[in-house]
Amino acid sequence: MADQRIQKVINTEISYIQIHQAGFEETNDINDYILNAGDLQKSIGNIAGVIGVCKRIVIQSMAASAETASGVLISGINPEQEKSVTSINDKIIDGAYFEGIKRNPAVIGKKLAEKLNLRIRSKFVITVQDLQNNITSGAFRVAGIYSTDNSVFDETNVFVRYSDLQKLTNFPAGAAHEIAININKGEELPAISEAVKKVAGDKLSIKIWKELRPEMNYLTEAMDLYMYIFIVIILLALLFGIINTMLMVVMERTKEIGMLMAIGMNKIKIFSMIVLESVMLSLTGGIVGIVIGAIASKYGETHPIDLSAWAQGYQQLGYDAFVYTQLDPSMLVDITLLVILTGVIAAVYPAYKALRNDPADALRIE
Amino acid sequence: MNVIEIKGLTKIYNTSEVIVKAVNGIDINFEKGEFTAIVGPSGSGKTTFLNMLGGLDKPTSGKVIIGGVDVWKLSSRQLIDFRMNNIGFVFQSYNLIPVLTAGENVEFIMHLQGKPKKERKQRTKDLLEAVGIGNRINARPSKLSGGQQQRVAVARALASKPEFILADEPTANLDSTATNSLLELMSKMNKKYNTTFIFATHDQRVIDKAHRIVTIEDGKILSDECFERD
Repeated sequence: MADQRIQKVINTEISYIQIHQAGFEETNDINDYILNAGDLQKSIGNIAGVIGVCKRIVIQSMAASAETASGVLISGINPEQEKSVTSINDKIIDGAYFEGIKRNPAVIGKKLAEKLNLRIRSKFVITVQDLQNNITSGAFRVAGIYSTDNSVFDETNVFVRYSDLQKLTNFPAGAAHEIAININKGEELPAISEAVKKVAGDKLSIKIWKELRPEMNYLTEAMDLYMYIFIVIILLALLFGIINTMLMVVMERTKEIGMLMAIGMNKIKIFSMIVLESVMLSLTGGIVGIVIGAIASKYGETHPIDLSAWAQGYQQLGYDAFVYTQLDPSMLVDITLLVILTGVIAAVYPAYKALRNDPADALRIE
Repeated sequence: MNVIEIKGLTKIYNTSEVIVKAVNGIDINFEKGEFTAIVGPSGSGKTTFLNMLGGLDKPTSGKVIIGGVDVWKLSSRQLIDFRMNNIGFVFQSYNLIPVLTAGENVEFIMHLQGKPKKERKQRTKDLLEAVGIGNRINARPSKLSGGQQQRVAVARALASKPEFILADEPTANLDSTATNSLLELMSKMNKKYNTTFIFATHDQRVIDKAHRIVTIEDGKILSDECFERD
Protein backbone atom coordinates (compact mmCIF):
# COMPACT_ATOMS: atom_id res chain seq x y z
CA MET A 1 0.00 0.00 0.00
CA ALA A 2 2.83 2.39 0.92
CA ASP A 3 4.86 1.37 -2.14
CA GLN A 4 1.79 1.95 -4.27
CA ARG A 5 1.33 5.39 -2.72
CA ILE A 6 5.02 6.30 -3.25
CA GLN A 7 5.01 5.15 -6.86
CA LYS A 8 1.91 7.25 -7.53
CA VAL A 9 3.43 10.29 -5.87
CA ILE A 10 6.55 9.90 -8.02
CA ASN A 11 4.55 9.36 -11.21
CA THR A 12 1.94 12.02 -10.62
CA GLU A 13 3.34 14.70 -8.38
CA ILE A 14 7.09 14.92 -8.03
CA SER A 15 9.00 12.62 -10.45
CA TYR A 16 12.25 10.91 -9.44
CA ILE A 17 14.61 13.92 -9.52
CA GLN A 18 14.00 17.67 -9.45
CA ILE A 19 16.43 20.53 -10.03
CA HIS A 20 15.86 23.99 -8.59
CA GLN A 21 17.82 27.11 -8.02
CA ALA A 22 19.31 26.80 -4.54
CA GLY A 23 16.86 28.22 -2.03
CA PHE A 24 13.81 28.18 -4.30
CA GLU A 25 12.08 25.42 -2.36
CA GLU A 26 12.21 27.46 0.85
CA THR A 27 11.27 30.87 -0.56
CA ASN A 28 9.29 30.06 -3.72
CA ASP A 29 10.67 33.37 -4.97
CA ILE A 30 9.75 33.88 -8.62
CA ASN A 31 13.22 35.33 -9.25
CA ASP A 32 14.99 32.12 -8.15
CA TYR A 33 14.87 30.56 -11.60
CA ILE A 34 17.33 28.51 -13.64
CA LEU A 35 18.25 30.72 -16.55
CA ASN A 36 19.62 28.06 -18.92
CA ALA A 37 16.95 25.47 -18.05
CA GLY A 38 16.30 24.66 -21.72
CA ASP A 39 19.95 23.76 -22.42
CA LEU A 40 20.23 21.84 -19.18
CA GLN A 41 17.07 19.95 -20.06
CA LYS A 42 18.63 18.80 -23.34
CA SER A 43 21.90 17.73 -21.65
CA ILE A 44 20.08 15.75 -18.99
CA GLY A 45 17.94 14.09 -21.65
CA ASN A 46 21.13 12.49 -23.03
CA ILE A 47 21.98 10.70 -19.76
CA ALA A 48 21.49 6.94 -20.06
CA GLY A 49 18.46 5.74 -18.11
CA VAL A 50 16.64 9.09 -18.25
CA ILE A 51 13.34 8.66 -20.06
CA GLY A 52 11.84 12.11 -19.65
CA VAL A 53 12.85 15.64 -18.71
CA CYS A 54 10.61 18.67 -18.47
CA LYS A 55 11.01 22.22 -17.26
CA ARG A 56 8.36 24.09 -15.32
CA ILE A 57 7.57 27.56 -14.15
CA VAL A 58 6.11 27.13 -10.67
CA ILE A 59 4.38 30.05 -8.95
CA GLN A 60 2.16 30.36 -5.91
CA SER A 61 -0.96 32.13 -7.11
CA MET A 62 -4.64 32.72 -6.64
CA ALA A 63 -7.25 31.08 -8.86
CA ALA A 64 -10.60 32.82 -8.88
CA SER A 65 -13.88 31.90 -10.50
CA ALA A 66 -16.97 34.09 -10.63
CA GLU A 67 -18.02 32.67 -7.29
CA THR A 68 -14.93 32.14 -5.18
CA ALA A 69 -11.15 32.03 -5.08
CA SER A 70 -8.53 29.57 -3.88
CA GLY A 71 -4.79 29.58 -3.39
CA VAL A 72 -3.08 27.25 -5.86
CA LEU A 73 0.31 26.27 -7.17
CA ILE A 74 0.36 27.02 -10.86
CA SER A 75 2.77 25.06 -13.06
CA GLY A 76 3.67 26.26 -16.52
CA ILE A 77 4.53 23.12 -18.45
CA ASN A 78 5.18 21.86 -21.93
CA PRO A 79 2.23 19.43 -22.19
CA GLU A 80 4.04 16.96 -24.48
CA GLN A 81 7.25 16.89 -22.43
CA GLU A 82 5.26 16.61 -19.22
CA LYS A 83 3.73 13.37 -20.49
CA SER A 84 7.16 11.72 -20.34
CA VAL A 85 7.61 12.69 -16.69
CA THR A 86 4.25 12.67 -14.92
CA SER A 87 0.97 10.99 -15.68
CA ILE A 88 -1.47 13.89 -15.25
CA ASN A 89 -2.52 13.34 -18.87
CA ASP A 90 -3.74 9.84 -17.89
CA LYS A 91 -5.77 11.20 -14.99
CA ILE A 92 -8.11 13.35 -17.08
CA ILE A 93 -11.71 12.53 -16.17
CA ASP A 94 -13.44 15.33 -18.08
CA GLY A 95 -12.45 17.33 -21.17
CA ALA A 96 -9.02 16.80 -22.71
CA TYR A 97 -5.37 17.32 -21.86
CA PHE A 98 -4.69 20.83 -23.21
CA GLU A 99 -6.98 20.26 -26.21
CA GLY A 100 -10.15 21.99 -27.32
CA ILE A 101 -9.17 25.41 -26.00
CA LYS A 102 -6.93 27.55 -28.18
CA ARG A 103 -6.10 30.42 -25.87
CA ASN A 104 -4.77 29.94 -22.32
CA PRO A 105 -5.99 26.38 -21.70
CA ALA A 106 -5.62 25.00 -18.19
CA VAL A 107 -5.90 21.59 -16.58
CA ILE A 108 -7.26 21.65 -13.04
CA GLY A 109 -8.03 19.06 -10.40
CA LYS A 110 -11.51 17.74 -9.73
CA LYS A 111 -11.53 19.03 -6.18
CA LEU A 112 -10.59 22.56 -7.29
CA ALA A 113 -13.22 22.43 -10.05
CA GLU A 114 -15.82 21.58 -7.42
CA LYS A 115 -14.57 24.26 -5.08
CA LEU A 116 -14.55 27.01 -7.74
CA ASN A 117 -17.61 25.54 -9.42
CA LEU A 118 -15.81 25.23 -12.74
CA ARG A 119 -16.67 23.00 -15.65
CA ILE A 120 -15.00 22.33 -19.00
CA ARG A 121 -14.55 25.60 -20.91
CA SER A 122 -15.29 27.60 -17.74
CA LYS A 123 -13.21 30.72 -17.45
CA PHE A 124 -11.22 31.53 -14.32
CA VAL A 125 -8.62 34.11 -13.44
CA ILE A 126 -5.15 33.41 -12.20
CA THR A 127 -3.43 36.17 -10.28
CA VAL A 128 0.35 35.98 -9.91
CA GLN A 129 3.31 38.15 -9.13
CA ASP A 130 5.52 38.82 -12.18
CA LEU A 131 9.31 39.12 -12.24
CA GLN A 132 9.08 42.81 -11.50
CA ASN A 133 6.99 42.05 -8.40
CA ASN A 134 3.87 43.45 -10.01
CA ILE A 135 0.58 41.70 -9.50
CA THR A 136 -0.74 40.48 -12.80
CA SER A 137 -3.72 38.41 -13.83
CA GLY A 138 -4.61 36.19 -16.73
CA ALA A 139 -7.82 34.54 -17.79
CA PHE A 140 -7.66 30.81 -18.46
CA ARG A 141 -10.25 28.30 -19.57
CA VAL A 142 -10.61 24.78 -18.24
CA ALA A 143 -9.55 22.33 -20.98
CA GLY A 144 -9.44 19.26 -18.77
CA ILE A 145 -10.21 18.14 -15.25
CA TYR A 146 -7.96 15.52 -13.67
CA SER A 147 -8.42 13.37 -10.64
CA THR A 148 -5.58 11.68 -8.79
CA ASP A 149 -5.77 9.63 -5.61
CA ASN A 150 -4.70 12.66 -3.64
CA SER A 151 -7.56 15.12 -3.21
CA VAL A 152 -5.28 17.72 -1.60
CA PHE A 153 -3.07 17.69 -4.71
CA ASP A 154 -6.17 17.95 -6.91
CA GLU A 155 -7.33 21.00 -4.98
CA THR A 156 -4.07 22.91 -5.09
CA ASN A 157 -2.41 22.25 -8.47
CA VAL A 158 -3.23 23.95 -11.74
CA PHE A 159 -1.37 23.21 -14.98
CA VAL A 160 -1.09 25.72 -17.79
CA ARG A 161 1.15 25.96 -20.84
CA TYR A 162 4.73 27.13 -20.23
CA SER A 163 4.43 29.75 -22.97
CA ASP A 164 1.22 31.23 -21.53
CA LEU A 165 2.66 31.61 -18.05
CA GLN A 166 5.94 32.92 -19.45
CA LYS A 167 4.07 35.73 -21.22
CA LEU A 168 1.97 36.50 -18.17
CA THR A 169 4.98 36.82 -15.86
CA ASN A 170 7.54 38.24 -18.33
CA PHE A 171 9.67 35.18 -17.66
CA PRO A 172 12.93 34.85 -19.69
CA ALA A 173 12.65 32.38 -22.58
CA GLY A 174 14.12 28.99 -21.74
CA ALA A 175 14.25 29.71 -18.02
CA ALA A 176 12.38 27.63 -15.44
CA HIS A 177 11.99 27.19 -11.70
CA GLU A 178 12.03 23.47 -11.85
CA ILE A 179 13.39 20.68 -14.01
CA ALA A 180 11.73 17.33 -13.37
CA ILE A 181 13.37 14.09 -14.44
CA ASN A 182 11.86 10.66 -14.94
CA ILE A 183 13.99 7.52 -15.12
CA ASN A 184 13.55 4.01 -16.42
CA LYS A 185 14.31 1.96 -13.30
CA GLY A 186 14.10 3.06 -9.68
CA GLU A 187 17.24 1.04 -8.86
CA GLU A 188 19.29 3.25 -11.18
CA LEU A 189 18.34 6.40 -9.28
CA PRO A 190 21.61 6.85 -7.32
CA ALA A 191 23.77 6.52 -10.48
CA ILE A 192 21.55 8.80 -12.55
CA SER A 193 21.36 11.33 -9.73
CA GLU A 194 25.16 11.48 -9.70
CA ALA A 195 25.26 11.91 -13.48
CA VAL A 196 22.69 14.74 -13.26
CA LYS A 197 24.79 16.46 -10.59
CA LYS A 198 27.81 16.37 -12.91
CA VAL A 199 25.80 17.88 -15.76
CA ALA A 200 24.00 20.50 -13.67
CA GLY A 201 26.98 21.60 -11.57
CA ASP A 202 27.03 22.17 -7.86
CA LYS A 203 25.29 25.54 -7.75
CA LEU A 204 21.84 24.08 -8.34
CA SER A 205 19.84 22.07 -5.87
CA ILE A 206 19.38 18.52 -7.15
CA LYS A 207 17.12 16.33 -5.08
CA ILE A 208 15.73 12.84 -5.44
CA TRP A 209 12.18 12.00 -4.42
CA LYS A 210 13.19 10.95 -0.90
CA GLU A 211 14.64 14.41 -0.30
CA LEU A 212 11.78 16.19 -2.00
CA ARG A 213 9.18 14.38 0.02
CA PRO A 214 10.95 13.02 3.12
CA GLU A 215 7.63 12.00 4.61
CA MET A 216 7.32 9.46 1.79
CA ASN A 217 10.65 7.96 2.82
CA TYR A 218 9.54 7.90 6.44
CA LEU A 219 6.37 6.19 5.26
CA THR A 220 8.40 3.43 3.60
CA GLU A 221 10.57 3.02 6.66
CA ALA A 222 7.57 3.06 8.98
CA MET A 223 5.73 0.48 6.88
CA ASP A 224 8.84 -1.73 6.87
CA LEU A 225 9.04 -1.36 10.63
CA TYR A 226 5.34 -2.20 11.08
CA MET A 227 5.77 -5.20 8.84
CA TYR A 228 8.71 -6.45 10.91
CA ILE A 229 6.69 -5.90 14.09
CA PHE A 230 3.86 -7.99 12.60
CA ILE A 231 6.37 -10.65 11.55
CA VAL A 232 7.84 -10.74 15.06
CA ILE A 233 4.34 -11.11 16.56
CA ILE A 234 3.51 -13.91 14.13
CA LEU A 235 6.85 -15.64 14.78
CA LEU A 236 6.30 -15.36 18.54
CA ALA A 237 2.90 -17.01 18.12
CA LEU A 238 4.59 -19.66 15.97
CA LEU A 239 7.33 -20.08 18.58
CA PHE A 240 4.90 -20.72 21.43
CA GLY A 241 2.75 -22.93 19.19
CA ILE A 242 5.72 -25.11 18.31
CA ILE A 243 7.01 -25.21 21.89
CA ASN A 244 3.57 -26.39 23.01
CA THR A 245 3.32 -28.99 20.26
CA MET A 246 6.86 -30.27 20.79
CA LEU A 247 6.37 -30.47 24.56
CA MET A 248 3.29 -32.61 23.94
CA VAL A 249 5.30 -34.74 21.51
CA VAL A 250 8.09 -35.20 24.05
CA MET A 251 5.62 -36.02 26.83
CA GLU A 252 3.70 -38.50 24.72
CA ARG A 253 6.93 -40.16 23.62
CA THR A 254 8.68 -40.26 26.99
CA LYS A 255 8.79 -44.05 26.88
CA GLU A 256 10.02 -44.12 23.31
CA ILE A 257 12.75 -41.60 24.10
CA GLY A 258 13.69 -43.65 27.17
CA MET A 259 13.93 -46.74 24.99
CA LEU A 260 16.10 -44.87 22.45
CA MET A 261 18.41 -43.78 25.27
CA ALA A 262 18.49 -47.33 26.62
CA ILE A 263 19.51 -48.90 23.32
CA GLY A 264 22.30 -46.39 22.79
CA MET A 265 21.04 -43.18 21.20
CA ASN A 266 23.22 -40.46 22.69
CA LYS A 267 22.05 -37.05 23.91
CA ILE A 268 23.30 -35.16 20.87
CA LYS A 269 21.31 -37.43 18.56
CA ILE A 270 18.16 -37.14 20.69
CA PHE A 271 18.54 -33.35 20.81
CA SER A 272 19.06 -33.24 17.04
CA MET A 273 16.03 -35.48 16.51
CA ILE A 274 13.73 -33.14 18.49
CA VAL A 275 15.17 -30.04 16.77
CA LEU A 276 14.79 -31.64 13.35
CA GLU A 277 11.19 -32.63 14.07
CA SER A 278 10.47 -29.08 15.22
CA VAL A 279 12.05 -27.59 12.09
CA MET A 280 10.13 -30.03 9.88
CA LEU A 281 6.91 -29.11 11.70
CA SER A 282 7.48 -25.38 11.29
CA LEU A 283 8.71 -25.74 7.72
CA THR A 284 5.68 -27.79 6.71
CA GLY A 285 3.35 -25.09 8.03
CA GLY A 286 5.67 -22.36 6.81
CA ILE A 287 5.86 -23.65 3.24
CA VAL A 288 2.10 -24.21 3.04
CA GLY A 289 1.57 -20.67 4.39
CA ILE A 290 4.13 -19.16 2.02
CA VAL A 291 2.60 -20.93 -1.01
CA ILE A 292 -0.93 -19.80 -0.07
CA GLY A 293 0.37 -16.29 0.66
CA ALA A 294 2.29 -16.13 -2.62
CA ILE A 295 -0.74 -17.27 -4.62
CA ALA A 296 -2.98 -14.74 -2.84
CA SER A 297 -0.39 -12.03 -3.37
CA LYS A 298 -0.01 -12.86 -7.08
CA TYR A 299 -3.79 -12.76 -7.43
CA GLY A 300 -3.87 -9.41 -5.65
CA GLU A 301 -1.37 -7.97 -8.15
CA THR A 302 -4.09 -7.99 -10.79
CA HIS A 303 -7.20 -8.05 -8.58
CA PRO A 304 -6.92 -5.16 -6.12
CA ILE A 305 -8.50 -5.09 -2.69
CA ASP A 306 -11.47 -2.80 -3.08
CA LEU A 307 -11.62 -0.16 -0.36
CA SER A 308 -13.76 2.20 -2.42
CA ALA A 309 -16.40 2.29 0.32
CA TRP A 310 -13.89 4.43 2.23
CA ALA A 311 -12.43 6.11 -0.87
CA GLN A 312 -13.01 9.66 0.32
CA GLY A 313 -11.07 9.12 3.51
CA TYR A 314 -8.21 7.43 1.68
CA GLN A 315 -8.01 10.20 -0.92
CA GLN A 316 -7.72 12.80 1.83
CA LEU A 317 -4.58 10.97 2.86
CA GLY A 318 -3.41 10.56 -0.72
CA TYR A 319 -4.04 6.82 -0.89
CA ASP A 320 -5.69 4.86 -3.65
CA ALA A 321 -8.92 3.12 -2.69
CA PHE A 322 -7.80 0.04 -4.64
CA VAL A 323 -4.86 -1.65 -3.01
CA TYR A 324 -2.68 -3.91 -5.15
CA THR A 325 -0.56 -6.49 -3.40
CA GLN A 326 3.12 -6.88 -4.10
CA LEU A 327 5.25 -10.01 -3.77
CA ASP A 328 8.87 -9.55 -2.80
CA PRO A 329 10.80 -12.80 -3.51
CA SER A 330 13.60 -11.85 -1.09
CA MET A 331 10.97 -11.60 1.64
CA LEU A 332 9.96 -15.23 0.98
CA VAL A 333 13.56 -16.34 1.54
CA ASP A 334 13.82 -14.22 4.70
CA ILE A 335 10.57 -15.61 6.09
CA THR A 336 11.58 -19.21 5.33
CA LEU A 337 14.89 -18.69 7.14
CA LEU A 338 13.10 -17.05 10.08
CA VAL A 339 10.64 -19.95 10.26
CA ILE A 340 13.54 -22.44 10.35
CA LEU A 341 15.25 -20.37 13.04
CA THR A 342 12.00 -20.24 15.03
CA GLY A 343 11.70 -24.02 14.71
CA VAL A 344 15.23 -24.47 16.09
CA ILE A 345 14.68 -22.03 18.99
CA ALA A 346 11.29 -23.57 19.79
CA ALA A 347 12.84 -27.03 19.99
CA VAL A 348 15.47 -26.14 22.59
CA TYR A 349 13.23 -26.35 25.67
CA PRO A 350 11.32 -29.52 24.62
CA ALA A 351 14.64 -31.14 23.66
CA TYR A 352 16.09 -30.18 27.04
CA LYS A 353 13.06 -31.78 28.70
CA ALA A 354 13.56 -34.91 26.61
CA LEU A 355 17.20 -35.14 27.64
CA ARG A 356 16.25 -34.82 31.31
CA ASN A 357 14.38 -38.14 31.00
CA ASP A 358 15.86 -40.97 32.98
CA PRO A 359 15.66 -44.05 30.76
CA ALA A 360 14.86 -46.36 33.67
CA ASP A 361 11.97 -44.10 34.82
CA ALA A 362 10.77 -43.53 31.26
CA LEU A 363 10.62 -47.26 30.56
CA ARG A 364 8.45 -47.81 33.63
CA ILE A 365 5.68 -45.62 32.18
CA GLU A 366 2.70 -47.76 31.16
CA MET B 1 34.65 -67.22 32.33
CA ASN B 2 32.56 -64.56 34.03
CA VAL B 3 30.97 -62.07 31.65
CA ILE B 4 29.33 -60.14 34.44
CA GLU B 5 30.53 -59.68 37.99
CA ILE B 6 28.29 -57.95 40.49
CA LYS B 7 29.64 -56.91 43.86
CA GLY B 8 27.58 -55.52 46.73
CA LEU B 9 24.96 -54.00 44.44
CA THR B 10 22.57 -51.83 46.41
CA LYS B 11 19.79 -49.45 45.45
CA ILE B 12 18.06 -47.37 48.06
CA TYR B 13 15.09 -45.15 47.26
CA ASN B 14 14.77 -42.24 49.64
CA THR B 15 11.20 -41.04 49.71
CA SER B 16 9.95 -38.41 52.13
CA GLU B 17 8.17 -41.00 54.24
CA VAL B 18 10.25 -44.14 54.03
CA ILE B 19 13.61 -45.50 52.90
CA VAL B 20 13.23 -48.46 50.53
CA LYS B 21 16.11 -50.84 49.89
CA ALA B 22 15.02 -52.14 46.48
CA VAL B 23 18.28 -54.07 46.00
CA ASN B 24 20.22 -54.89 49.09
CA GLY B 25 23.87 -55.86 48.58
CA ILE B 26 23.68 -58.46 45.81
CA ASP B 27 26.84 -60.36 44.85
CA ILE B 28 26.52 -62.57 41.78
CA ASN B 29 28.37 -63.56 38.59
CA PHE B 30 27.03 -64.52 35.18
CA GLU B 31 28.95 -66.58 32.65
CA LYS B 32 29.05 -66.39 28.87
CA GLY B 33 26.08 -68.11 27.20
CA GLU B 34 23.94 -68.41 30.33
CA PHE B 35 20.16 -68.57 30.08
CA THR B 36 19.16 -67.22 33.48
CA ALA B 37 15.88 -66.26 35.04
CA ILE B 38 15.75 -63.74 37.89
CA VAL B 39 12.55 -64.62 39.68
CA GLY B 40 10.64 -63.24 42.58
CA PRO B 41 7.34 -61.65 43.51
CA SER B 42 6.32 -58.16 42.43
CA GLY B 43 8.35 -55.52 44.26
CA SER B 44 11.16 -57.93 45.03
CA GLY B 45 13.68 -55.77 43.14
CA LYS B 46 14.02 -57.79 39.89
CA THR B 47 13.54 -54.87 37.51
CA THR B 48 15.71 -52.51 39.57
CA PHE B 49 18.45 -55.14 39.60
CA LEU B 50 18.15 -55.62 35.84
CA ASN B 51 18.20 -51.86 35.23
CA MET B 52 21.38 -51.43 37.26
CA LEU B 53 22.88 -54.41 35.45
CA GLY B 54 22.04 -52.82 32.12
CA GLY B 55 23.45 -49.41 32.98
CA LEU B 56 20.04 -47.72 33.08
CA ASP B 57 19.65 -47.12 36.81
CA LYS B 58 22.58 -45.92 38.93
CA PRO B 59 23.16 -48.05 42.03
CA THR B 60 23.50 -46.45 45.44
CA SER B 61 26.57 -48.57 45.99
CA GLY B 62 28.29 -51.64 44.57
CA LYS B 63 29.87 -52.53 41.28
CA VAL B 64 28.73 -53.96 37.96
CA ILE B 65 31.74 -55.22 36.03
CA ILE B 66 31.08 -56.37 32.51
CA GLY B 67 33.97 -57.82 30.52
CA GLY B 68 36.35 -56.19 32.96
CA VAL B 69 34.72 -52.74 32.69
CA ASP B 70 33.25 -51.16 35.80
CA VAL B 71 30.07 -49.93 34.15
CA TRP B 72 29.17 -47.26 36.69
CA LYS B 73 32.59 -45.64 36.50
CA LEU B 74 31.98 -44.77 32.85
CA SER B 75 30.92 -41.26 31.89
CA SER B 76 27.32 -40.93 30.75
CA ARG B 77 28.44 -40.75 27.12
CA GLN B 78 30.69 -43.80 27.50
CA LEU B 79 27.85 -45.61 29.25
CA ILE B 80 25.48 -44.96 26.34
CA ASP B 81 28.05 -46.32 23.89
CA PHE B 82 28.70 -49.26 26.18
CA ARG B 83 25.01 -50.12 26.30
CA MET B 84 24.73 -49.80 22.55
CA ASN B 85 27.61 -52.19 21.86
CA ASN B 86 27.33 -54.69 24.71
CA ILE B 87 23.77 -54.93 25.98
CA GLY B 88 20.53 -55.87 24.24
CA PHE B 89 17.19 -55.03 25.82
CA VAL B 90 13.85 -56.78 25.48
CA PHE B 91 11.04 -54.96 27.23
CA GLN B 92 7.70 -56.16 28.54
CA SER B 93 5.74 -53.89 26.22
CA TYR B 94 8.06 -54.42 23.21
CA ASN B 95 8.81 -50.67 22.86
CA LEU B 96 9.16 -50.73 19.11
CA ILE B 97 9.16 -47.39 17.30
CA PRO B 98 5.64 -47.25 15.88
CA VAL B 99 6.49 -45.23 12.75
CA LEU B 100 9.25 -47.61 11.65
CA THR B 101 8.73 -50.98 10.00
CA ALA B 102 9.89 -54.20 11.67
CA GLY B 103 13.02 -54.13 9.50
CA GLU B 104 13.74 -50.48 10.28
CA ASN B 105 13.32 -51.10 14.01
CA VAL B 106 15.94 -53.84 13.85
CA GLU B 107 18.21 -51.80 11.59
CA PHE B 108 18.00 -48.67 13.73
CA ILE B 109 20.52 -49.74 16.37
CA MET B 110 23.02 -50.74 13.68
CA HIS B 111 22.49 -47.32 12.17
CA LEU B 112 23.42 -45.82 15.55
CA GLN B 113 26.52 -48.01 15.57
CA GLY B 114 27.48 -46.61 12.18
CA LYS B 115 27.39 -49.96 10.37
CA PRO B 116 27.42 -49.79 6.55
CA LYS B 117 24.04 -49.89 4.88
CA LYS B 118 24.66 -53.16 3.05
CA GLU B 119 25.69 -54.92 6.26
CA ARG B 120 22.69 -53.46 8.11
CA LYS B 121 20.23 -54.64 5.49
CA GLN B 122 21.68 -58.14 5.33
CA ARG B 123 21.81 -58.58 9.13
CA THR B 124 18.27 -57.26 9.51
CA LYS B 125 17.04 -59.76 6.95
CA ASP B 126 18.97 -62.61 8.58
CA LEU B 127 17.77 -61.76 12.08
CA LEU B 128 14.12 -61.40 11.12
CA GLU B 129 14.31 -64.71 9.29
CA ALA B 130 16.02 -66.26 12.33
CA VAL B 131 13.16 -65.10 14.59
CA GLY B 132 10.64 -66.42 12.07
CA ILE B 133 9.09 -63.24 10.70
CA GLY B 134 11.24 -62.59 7.64
CA ASN B 135 8.07 -62.13 5.61
CA ARG B 136 6.93 -59.21 7.84
CA ILE B 137 10.04 -57.10 7.36
CA ASN B 138 8.04 -54.19 5.92
CA ALA B 139 5.15 -54.35 8.39
CA ARG B 140 4.76 -51.63 10.99
CA PRO B 141 4.38 -52.72 14.66
CA SER B 142 0.65 -51.90 14.63
CA LYS B 143 0.19 -54.58 11.95
CA LEU B 144 1.97 -57.25 14.00
CA SER B 145 0.62 -59.44 16.80
CA GLY B 146 2.08 -59.16 20.31
CA GLY B 147 4.18 -62.28 19.77
CA GLN B 148 5.48 -61.00 16.45
CA GLN B 149 6.34 -57.62 17.99
CA GLN B 150 8.30 -59.32 20.75
CA ARG B 151 10.17 -61.33 18.09
CA VAL B 152 11.09 -58.06 16.40
CA ALA B 153 12.26 -56.79 19.83
CA VAL B 154 14.45 -59.90 20.22
CA ALA B 155 15.87 -59.40 16.73
CA ARG B 156 16.55 -55.75 17.60
CA ALA B 157 18.28 -56.77 20.82
CA LEU B 158 20.50 -59.18 18.88
CA ALA B 159 21.20 -56.71 16.07
CA SER B 160 24.06 -54.93 17.82
CA LYS B 161 25.79 -58.29 18.54
CA PRO B 162 25.64 -57.71 22.33
CA GLU B 163 27.47 -59.72 24.98
CA PHE B 164 24.20 -60.30 26.76
CA ILE B 165 20.50 -59.59 26.54
CA LEU B 166 18.40 -58.35 29.42
CA ALA B 167 14.72 -59.17 29.15
CA ASP B 168 12.31 -57.65 31.65
CA GLU B 169 9.10 -59.68 31.80
CA PRO B 170 9.27 -60.41 28.07
CA THR B 171 6.30 -62.75 28.11
CA ALA B 172 3.98 -60.76 30.38
CA ASN B 173 1.85 -59.50 27.52
CA LEU B 174 1.83 -62.73 25.49
CA ASP B 175 -0.57 -65.69 25.38
CA SER B 176 0.76 -69.17 26.07
CA THR B 177 1.34 -70.08 22.40
CA ALA B 178 3.27 -66.89 21.77
CA THR B 179 5.16 -67.34 25.06
CA ASN B 180 6.27 -70.89 24.20
CA SER B 181 7.22 -69.86 20.72
CA LEU B 182 9.23 -66.86 22.01
CA LEU B 183 11.02 -68.96 24.61
CA GLU B 184 11.93 -71.54 21.96
CA LEU B 185 13.24 -68.71 19.86
CA MET B 186 15.33 -67.17 22.63
CA SER B 187 16.69 -70.56 23.59
CA LYS B 188 17.63 -71.11 19.95
CA MET B 189 19.27 -67.66 19.74
CA ASN B 190 21.14 -68.38 22.97
CA LYS B 191 22.60 -71.51 21.44
CA LYS B 192 23.11 -70.09 17.95
CA TYR B 193 24.89 -66.85 18.95
CA ASN B 194 26.11 -67.98 22.42
CA THR B 195 24.54 -64.77 23.77
CA THR B 196 23.89 -64.55 27.51
CA PHE B 197 20.19 -64.10 28.29
CA ILE B 198 19.06 -62.78 31.66
CA PHE B 199 15.30 -62.55 32.29
CA ALA B 200 13.43 -60.86 35.07
CA THR B 201 10.20 -62.82 35.29
CA HIS B 202 7.63 -64.48 37.46
CA ASP B 203 6.20 -66.44 34.54
CA GLN B 204 6.50 -70.17 35.33
CA ARG B 205 6.86 -71.03 31.63
CA VAL B 206 10.01 -68.92 31.45
CA ILE B 207 11.30 -70.34 34.72
CA ASP B 208 10.84 -73.86 33.33
CA LYS B 209 13.09 -73.06 30.38
CA ALA B 210 15.87 -71.34 32.35
CA HIS B 211 19.20 -73.09 32.96
CA ARG B 212 19.80 -71.03 36.06
CA ILE B 213 17.20 -69.57 38.40
CA VAL B 214 18.10 -66.76 40.77
CA THR B 215 15.36 -65.99 43.26
CA ILE B 216 15.24 -62.50 44.73
CA GLU B 217 13.09 -61.29 47.56
CA ASP B 218 13.25 -57.97 49.38
CA GLY B 219 16.26 -57.05 47.29
CA LYS B 220 18.33 -60.02 48.36
CA ILE B 221 19.17 -63.33 46.68
CA LEU B 222 17.23 -66.13 48.30
CA SER B 223 18.51 -68.93 46.09
CA ASP B 224 20.68 -69.50 43.04
CA GLU B 225 20.15 -72.85 41.29
CA CYS B 226 21.40 -74.37 38.04
CA PHE B 227 19.50 -76.92 35.92
CA GLU B 228 20.30 -79.13 32.97
CA ARG B 229 17.77 -78.47 30.13
CA ASP B 230 17.45 -79.73 26.59
